[in-house]
Formats: sequence, C-alpha cells, structure tokens
Amino acid sequence: MAESSENPVHHLRRMFVLWLVLSLVVDVLFWFLVGPHVPPGHMTETAKDNQQVFNVLFVIALPVLLGVWIYLGYSAIVWRDREGAPEPVGGEVARTNSHAQVLWITITSFIVICLAAYGTIDLISHNGAGGGQGPNPAWAPAGAAAATQPNAVWTATNNSVLPVQVIAQQWKFTYRYPTFGGFESQHLILPNNTEIAFHVTSLDVIHSFWGYQLGVKADANPQIDNVAFTKTIQTGTTWIRCSELCGIWHGSMWNTGTVESKQQFEQWATTTETAQAAATKLLPPFAWTYVPDANGADGGYYPGVDQYSPTEVYGSTKAAS
Amino acid sequence: MTTTALPDTSGQGSGAAPVAKSPRQRRSGLFSQHLGTAIIGAVIGYFVGHWLGNVIAGGYTYVQNSGENAVANTLGLAFMVFGWLAGVGALNYPFAKIIGKSSRNAEEMEAWSASLGWQRYFRYTADHKVVGMQYVVGVLLFMFTGGLLAMAIRAELLNPNYHLFGPGRYIEIVSEHGTVMMMMATSIIVGPLGNWLVPLMIGSRRTAYPHVEAFSFWVFTAGYMVIFSALPYGGFPTGWTGYAPLQTQAGAGMISYLLGFAVIGIGMMAAGFNLLVTIISYRAPGMTWSRLPIFVWAILATCALLTLATPTLFAAGLFGILDRTAQTAFYVAEHGGSSYLWQNLFWFFGHPEVYIMALPGFGIVGELLPVFTRKPLFAYKVAAAGMMGVALLSFFVWQHHLFQSGINPDMRPLFMLTTELISIPTGFIFLVGMGTLYKAKIRFEVPMLFCMAVFFNFLIGGVTGVFLSDVPVNVTVHGGFFVLSHFHYTIMGGLLFAFMAGLYYWLPKMTGRMMNKKIGIWHFWTMFIFFNLTFFPMFLIGLLGQPRRVFQYAQNLQTLNEFSSMAAFCLGLSFLLFAWNLLYSMFIKVEVAPANPWNSLGLEWQTPTPVPYYNFERIPVILTDPYHYSEDGAPAVADLGVRVSAGASTAAT
Repeated sequence: MAESSENPVHHLRRMFVLWLVLSLVVDVLFWFLVGPHVPPGHMTETAKDNQQVFNVLFVIALPVLLGVWIYLGYSAIVWRDREGAPEPVGGEVARTNSHAQVLWITITSFIVICLAAYGTIDLISHNGAGGGQGPNPAWAPAGAAAATQPNAVWTATNNSVLPVQVIAQQWKFTYRYPTFGGFESQHLILPNNTEIAFHVTSLDVIHSFWGYQLGVKADANPQIDNVAFTKTIQTGTTWIRCSELCGIWHGSMWNTGTVESKQQFEQWATTTETAQAAATKLLPPFAWTYVPDANGADGGYYPGVDQYSPTEVYGSTKAAS
Repeated sequence: MTTTALPDTSGQGSGAAPVAKSPRQRRSGLFSQHLGTAIIGAVIGYFVGHWLGNVIAGGYTYVQNSGENAVANTLGLAFMVFGWLAGVGALNYPFAKIIGKSSRNAEEMEAWSASLGWQRYFRYTADHKVVGMQYVVGVLLFMFTGGLLAMAIRAELLNPNYHLFGPGRYIEIVSEHGTVMMMMATSIIVGPLGNWLVPLMIGSRRTAYPHVEAFSFWVFTAGYMVIFSALPYGGFPTGWTGYAPLQTQAGAGMISYLLGFAVIGIGMMAAGFNLLVTIISYRAPGMTWSRLPIFVWAILATCALLTLATPTLFAAGLFGILDRTAQTAFYVAEHGGSSYLWQNLFWFFGHPEVYIMALPGFGIVGELLPVFTRKPLFAYKVAAAGMMGVALLSFFVWQHHLFQSGINPDMRPLFMLTTELISIPTGFIFLVGMGTLYKAKIRFEVPMLFCMAVFFNFLIGGVTGVFLSDVPVNVTVHGGFFVLSHFHYTIMGGLLFAFMAGLYYWLPKMTGRMMNKKIGIWHFWTMFIFFNLTFFPMFLIGLLGQPRRVFQYAQNLQTLNEFSSMAAFCLGLSFLLFAWNLLYSMFIKVEVAPANPWNSLGLEWQTPTPVPYYNFERIPVILTDPYHYSEDGAPAVADLGVRVSAGASTAAT
C-alpha cells in the first residue's frame, strides 16, 4: 500500500521490530551454540577470559551490524526510485534532526565507553589478560616478584608462580626454567592449575610468542624481558606460533607445548634438570635478557668492538628489574 | 608563421616588457622536457649517485666485509629521484626563481598547455586537472601492480605444504604488496580526485601552489620506482611495517623501502600542504565553511594529517638509512638504540595514515549520496565535525598497534579508551548515510552501488576494529589473519570501493566520456561478492590461529585458505573487468557524456566539459551549499556571471 499522509508507513517501527527479533535470536544462538567454541578455548584462565570478552563484544556488535544492514536493505527496497514512488522531501526537515543526532551520539558514546571500561576492568582483574606487559608489569599475580628471585623454588605443592623464560631467535622458540637450574628445553611443558609467568625475550629481531590455546601473546624484543601471566586450568596440547614477522622462515617458527598435571610436570622437570646438567653448564648463565657475543656473532658489522655493552655480557646474571 | 609578443602580466615588469617566445617556439627544441627525459635523467642520476657512493664509502670496513655498499645504494636511488625530477622539468621553476629569471606568465601557461594537446599528460604542468589525470594513471598502475603481487600471495597460500616460491621470495612479495598498496592507498583519492576537483568545488581557478602540486605527482612516481628497485636488490623482508632490528639485518633492498617511504613522504607532504592552503585561502567569495562540499571537508581533514603526520615517517626512514649507511644506532639496541623507537615513530605516522585513507572515502560517499537520493545531506555539520574529530583523535591512538609489544602497561587502558572513542566520530558517516537514505528516491547507478558497498564493507571493518582495540581480545587476534581481514575491509572495502564510486561518477566530467553502465554493473557485483568471499573467511582463519605473513600454516586451515584464494582470483578478474571498462569506454566505444549526467548540483558540474584551463571564466560568487535537492525555490549554488575587476583577489572574503 502506498504511503500517504492518511496512511503513514512507520518505516522505523518496522525496521526496529525486525532488528529486535533478529538480534535476539542470533545473539542467543551465538552465545549458546557458537560462543563456547570460540578460540582460544579453556586451557587457561586468560584463554577462557579472552573467549568470554570476545563473546560479549560479539553479542554487542551483532545488533549493530544487523541494525545497519537491515536499514540499508530496507532503504534499497522500499526507497528505491521506481514508478509511483513518492518524491523525497528536501529542505531543513531533511537536513537535520536533532533528536536523531543526539540519540545516535549518546548511544554510540555510551557503548564505547562501557566497552573501554569493561576491557580495562578485565585487563586488571586478569593480570594483563595474557598480553605482554613489559619488564615492569602493572598487574601480576601474588608471588610473581618472588618467583624471579635467584632462590625461587617451585614444587607441585607450594603453589608458587612458575617462571618460564621464552627465548625467541631466528627461527625457533626455546624455553628455560630458572627454578630448575635454568635448563633449556625445545618443548614448552607446563603444570596444570598453576600461575605461569612467561618472560619473553629475543636474541636477535622482534618475534612474538603466541601460545594459542594458552591465550598468551607477548612480543619478544631483544634485550627486553616482556612478562605475561596466565593460569593453567586444563591439561592438553597447545600450539606455539610466532606472530611477528621475523625474517624468511617466520612461517616455520612454530612448535607445540603441553599442559600436564603438576606431579607429571615436576617429575619431568627434575629428571630433565638432572639429565641435562652437563649441557646446562655449557649454556650462558641464566639471565632475563641476553646479548649475543660481539666477537664474531655480528659478522664484523661493528668492527673493533669487544663487546656491545660493558654490562650486558653474554649470559648476564642480572635479575629482572 | 608569425609570432605574437604576449603582454607581460607577471607584475615584475621593469622598463620595456620582454618579448616572450610563442608557445610553439618554447615547446619545440632539442631539450623539451617530458616523461622520456625524466627516464633519461633518472638513469643518469642513478649511475652518478652510485659512483659517488662508491667513491665515498668504497673503502669502509663494513662495505668490504659485507660486499654491500649501502651508501652507494642510497645515493644511487636519491640521485635517480633527483635526475627524474630534473629530467621532467620539476626543478625548472624553483631554479628560475632562485636565479631571478621570470617564468611563464598565466596566459603563456594556458596557451602552452593548450598547444600540447594530449602530450601535456606526459609533462610537468601546473594545471591541476592534468595533474589529477596523471594521478589517476599513477594510482591505477600502483593498484594493478600491487594486485598482481596479491595474486601471487594467494597462489602460494593455496596449499600449506606445496610452495610456489621459496620463503625469501615469498616474503619479498608480501612486503612489496603491502608497501605498494599502502603507498597507493595514501594518494588514491587526494591525488586524482582531490587535485582535480577541489579547486572546481571551491570556485577557484587554481590551487595555491600549482608547481608544488605537480611536483607532488612526479615525486610520487619517483617513489614508486624506488620501491620497485627493491626487487633487483633482493627485496626487503620486513613487510610494509619495516620493524627494526629486522630492518637493520636486512639486505640491500631495505634501502629501497626506507628511501621509498621518504620520497613518497615528500610527495604526500607537498600534496597535502598545497590542498590545505588552497581550501583555506582560495575559496570563492561566498564559500563559507558551512557551504563547503563535504568532499572538500574530507580532503581538508586528510591534508591536515598528510602535512602533520608524514614528517614522522620521513624522520623514521631517515634514521633507518643513517643506521645502514653512517653506522648510527637509532634502532640497534646493542649500541644504545631501541627497536621500540622505530615502532613508535612508524605507528605515530601509521595510524593517522590509515585515516588519510579512510576520510577521503567518507567524503566521496557523502558527496554522492545526495545526488543519487535526491535529498540534502543529512547532518552535514556532524559529518564535517566527525571528520575533523577523527583527524584530531588519530594522533592519540597509535599504541593500539603495540599492545602486546611490552609497552608501559599503564598505557594499554589509555590507548584502549582513545581507540574506542575514535569509533564515535568514525561512526558519524553511518548516521549521515542513513539519514540521507531515509525516505529518499534512490537511483542505483553504478556510483551509488559502490557507495552502498562502502557502508556494508566499512561497517564490518569498523566493528572488527573495536574487537582489536580491546586488549584482552587483542591477545588472540593481533598479528594474525583477523587483523589482516580487518584492514582489508576498511581500506579496500571502504577506500577502494569509494574510489571506484568516485571514478564512475567523475570520469564523465574529467574525460567527457561515460563509463559503460552494463560493464560497470558487472564490475560492481563481481568485485563486491568476491571481495567479501575473499576476506570474510580470513576472520575465521585468524581466529583459528594463522599468523600473518606466513607461507606455511596448519593443515586443518587449508580448505578455508583455498576458498579465500579462489575468491581472490575471481576478485582479480573483476579488476580486469574494470580495466576493460576503462579501455572500452575511453577509447573503443566512446559515449560522449552529457554536461551533467547525474543532475548534480555540485559546482564542478556547472562548468563546461572539457573544463577550461582556468576553470571559471569569472570567479563565481557562492550563494548556497550544493545539497538543495527536492527543495522548491532553492537558490542556485553560485552566480557564475559576476565580473571580477582587475586586481581583485581570488581568496575568499
């Protein structure tokens, strides 16, 4: 039926009803059917949290998407130029509508400020949400500072934070366990139900340690100790990938890790510590950052320099600041 | 043949007016300058610079040890750029001014330009319309080259285990694709459409600095050559982001990247500054800020960013070059530098850069919607304020690219907030669009189809940006295909579709020829459908754990990657369809465009086609804004018949 002054068509009401119904249906379907399966999963608290935040953002974003799409589709169908279509009205009434503008600005501002607040609260309450916080993390679990001391001890029963150093280099990740003599492993093995402090650093260029199922991502910068926290809550396998372009084999820079029970982990760690004791002695002393040996490692790029820095010798024993 | 002595109107007369040569005399001769002489100049410049570099640094220890002379490479490319500019005549005007020689006056310029015919498009010229058309060809060249590289990337990613390219070659291709496309996208609207349209839209006869404008184009093309010089040098492995210390470690091709950005940066600053001053100072009488076309507002905001943000990129590139040539250590941590320095300098420019790309697209959509809905632009002031708000806020969000990099953790909530806030003014384009569409009478011509697609695509890009701005979610989605898809949706889905809308809309004015509608509709639908089929799956690919810039990926992601690649090839074909439409419409079956095929009220459509050299016979007096559609008794946009008395200023009062 054509629109007329006696029979106005409530376009906005039509669109609103369609939008409301669709949004509710799709949001509910998403939350219950898709949401639980959204990456990165439930292996750690940060992974679970990242999934939840994603889901919350999605159920807010979906109505926004639907609203605009419905409006565009409705406009294209109902207000297209066709025979018998009413002429549009110009003038001041078509140029501005202060109610619509105020409503739009208020609603969008409210949504984004709420999202920023939500993200901030989440960041603080989850000790950085699995992201790298640099050498001086603002939010850390209790015991994180103690775990970085030279005399720190981790056992399956003392509920300490387990520090794990992630060393990135072209093109491999390796892992050192300072509470187990600083032995180096090519595989990331972690205990379940444990607060983990990842100390991520690089020997050469910028890499990025991405523990996919762990919900952890921290850039590996040379001479920087980038700290990220998470707490494991499920056993299983995790993929480790480099997510910062680091040269030609960046695509091959990945491996896997495992989360095991505390007892299994402790047994593995103590056994490996003993078995690799001789090899560990040959490694540089454990330090939170490393500087490759100037003599020869630089290919002669800086000739005549005995060492890059008088303080950061290969294998510094300086604790993280 | 007789020569005519043209009157000296340069205002510099002292005594008897000099007898100037006729246009024919000045054009002909052994040393007329054009694209050919530019190429010759570039070749000569390259060899001279390279030789000089060998003289200076050939004996350096690092050169002898590594076999690579970064000084020679840098000077070679720098002199190539200089030779290119000198060869085309871009340096003639400033040089003439320095030595006190008079240049061509206004009438001579117009006559000279007219006498050249089509050849003027291969020369250095101060006619903004010629520069605009030159930019059209330039950006299309960039776009098709970058597109070919994209096809190579998607071909490689068809299979995670079978490789078409070695890892080094693949990274070269990825890096070149990104860099070429970003350079192209920076200028894709400001260059062609900004330069061509802004003076017409504001009622001016020219831009503020016509020589700077022409200079910007020839520098832009020089930058293109510098970037492509990376390929024979072995490419660069850093992607378009150029992170140090990988940048410091990289081979000779890295200089091409650093210098290329610096050169393009000069062009960007020149183009931005010129249009900024033009808009501020060259508006016709009556062209108040509230009557300015929304496209001009968008260009104003963009040019402010071009002028203010680009120096940071230039400095960053310069530091990188110094690290590689003069053994400084700006980015070398072992010698007191910092890799964070590059990241911050780069992204301080990099985020305004993406709004340099987005804003002109908003401007085009805002300009076209009223024409094809036959309604005034809704919430014009909100639109203009939104664009300026976006430009201002864009300087306060850059660290959202560095959330996981180890920055001061207290900065993360701050930049999360500012990034969320910038989505408010960015969203104004949707308010404006939806308000304009309300109870309209929409004509779905090809430009309007592309405008609707901009809304659809940019909505997805913008909303996914909110996900990325949230730090907890950023942990999962940063550095992977999710963010890759996000920026393709905003830049390609927003900007490139807007550019297509603008081309289909304004090419009839610029060339006097209509683009074929049927091919245009096919082009639109293939581009829209295959664009979404290519990039939407990449959100899933990213969520499922595939990082960016990898040639190997998890086996379980092969189906999604294959799907995306096949759609990308079809998307590539849609661009060929566009190229065919250009060729067909411009050269094969020419349909002469009517004076105003879209019945637009815009001032640029009130001029004859082809537009005369000086645009308006008399400076118009602007009476109102160009959005009085469907309004009975609305005044004309401008009075084009006012005589300008001798000595009257062309600046807005």
